[in-house]
Amino acid sequence: MTIGIGGWGSRRKPMALVRAILRSPLKNLTVVSYAGPDVGLLVASGQAKRVVTGFASLDSIALEPHFRRARQSGTVELTELDEGMLHWGLLAAAHRLPFLPIRAGLGSGVLEVNPELRTVRSPYGDPFGLGEELVAVPALKLDVALVHMNRADAAGNAQYLGPDPYFDDLFCLAAGRAYVSAEQIVPRLEGPPQSMLLNRAMVHGVAHTPNGAHFTSCVPDYPRDEAFQARYAKAAADAGEWETFRDTYLSGDEAAYQEAIR
Amino acid sequence: MNATRAEVCVVACAEAWRGDGAILASPMGLIPSLGARLARLTFEPDLLLTDGEAYLVDASGEIEGWMPYREVFTMLAAGRRHVMMGGAQIDRHGNQNISAIGDWKRPKAQLLGVRGAPGNTVNHPVSYWIPKHSPRVFTPRVDMVSGVGYDRGARELRVVVTNLAVLDFGGLDFGVLDFGGLDFQGTAERVMRLRSVHPGVEVSEVVAATGFPLVIPDEVPVTRTPTAEELGLIRNRLDPTGARERELG
Repeated sequence: MTIGIGGWGSRRKPMALVRAILRSPLKNLTVVSYAGPDVGLLVASGQAKRVVTGFASLDSIALEPHFRRARQSGTVELTELDEGMLHWGLLAAAHRLPFLPIRAGLGSGVLEVNPELRTVRSPYGDPFGLGEELVAVPALKLDVALVHMNRADAAGNAQYLGPDPYFDDLFCLAAGRAYVSAEQIVPRLEGPPQSMLLNRAMVHGVAHTPNGAHFTSCVPDYPRDEAFQARYAKAAADAGEWETFRDTYLSGDEAAYQEAIR
Repeated sequence: MNATRAEVCVVACAEAWRGDGAILASPMGLIPSLGARLARLTFEPDLLLTDGEAYLVDASGEIEGWMPYREVFTMLAAGRRHVMMGGAQIDRHGNQNISAIGDWKRPKAQLLGVRGAPGNTVNHPVSYWIPKHSPRVFTPRVDMVSGVGYDRGARELRVVVTNLAVLDFGGLDFGVLDFGGLDFQGTAERVMRLRSVHPGVEVSEVVAATGFPLVIPDEVPVTRTPTAEELGLIRNRLDPTGARERELG
């Protein structure tokens, strides 16, 4: 199964939904993400078989520690794309196109480590008849998309109130089924219309998950929990410490998690 | 006032954006950030800067506009951006690696990932900041080409600023160039050249810290030192705590 996860790095990640996956029997997942601790946790649990991304970062901590370790021990497969290629792959899937052309990736190692990637020539040739060569980014079709919003209504209209929509709308449109978790479920969205990123035609289910992006940021509701993230990264660097961390925070349900981090 | 090495580097980074006008300046790292803000405060007032999240801000941090990631990607593809990136490895053609060290399939060290480096380098001007100039970084070959060099189709590699020197790609590799086809805008044969050494640095130090042959002009200039106005801005306004001094290798 291919799961797309919205947000960016350690920002507005649907962490409550990721924690729900940790408690589930799901495995052999391909995870498409601008990766942060969402990918880290799914790699650590062994549920992510393959990651499709351009980076894995905690932002204030440059490298995602679980992802780093898994790569170095060869326990996770990687489809490494330029960030813009990932965007374009989601846009192609959202538009039901087989691919979209882009310059990013040309000449780089990305084409070497992903031998399935192809280039196309523009049919609109230059005066010498040779059209520009471009990378044909294949549509990144998702089975499921998971995103976290500040506000949603019960029908699936949803709103971000922070500074960046990231690519959450494209994740939803690229997916067969899209699920939104939200800080608050409201009868009616209020505020700037531009902030109402998702409409109910793009969304198949809504979950109320207060503090559900923890420990990633979900401004203006809350910033990243830097102290907790530092604890996460420290624990992730050591197998024994990680076991303790997992037992303390990730062995129960979401309510237990929220209680444990208080 | 004598400038420190870090302050010389801030000004050298600022110089990378000279003449760019109203484009998005995207510095990675503290010294490049100070450089971009200094350029905006002095000789390049039209530069666009971000707060690292999604706002366009002036040199004081006041919001002037919106620049979420999707818009960064559009500016990037439009060519209206000049980024200064870091690099774990860089070769004489300007190929850069921020992805992984060793065999990509199972790297000895997983680094950031290619991030936007492939797209940056084929779409708009790119410069590099290397805080510790060493043969480990300046390598004959990079393990995973993230940013592409001139031999792989880079659009424009402006400068490489290090703790020792400023380098550019004004060198030409005559070994593979037929004089009849000599083209200074060509893409395949531009190689790294020593443009200037920072005050107090010998050319031999730079050569020893570089793991491939550099093109070295007969006369190597000295990197310019900050003006009194620039030093005042760096010390009193942009970085009053002196964090810049801790970024050098």
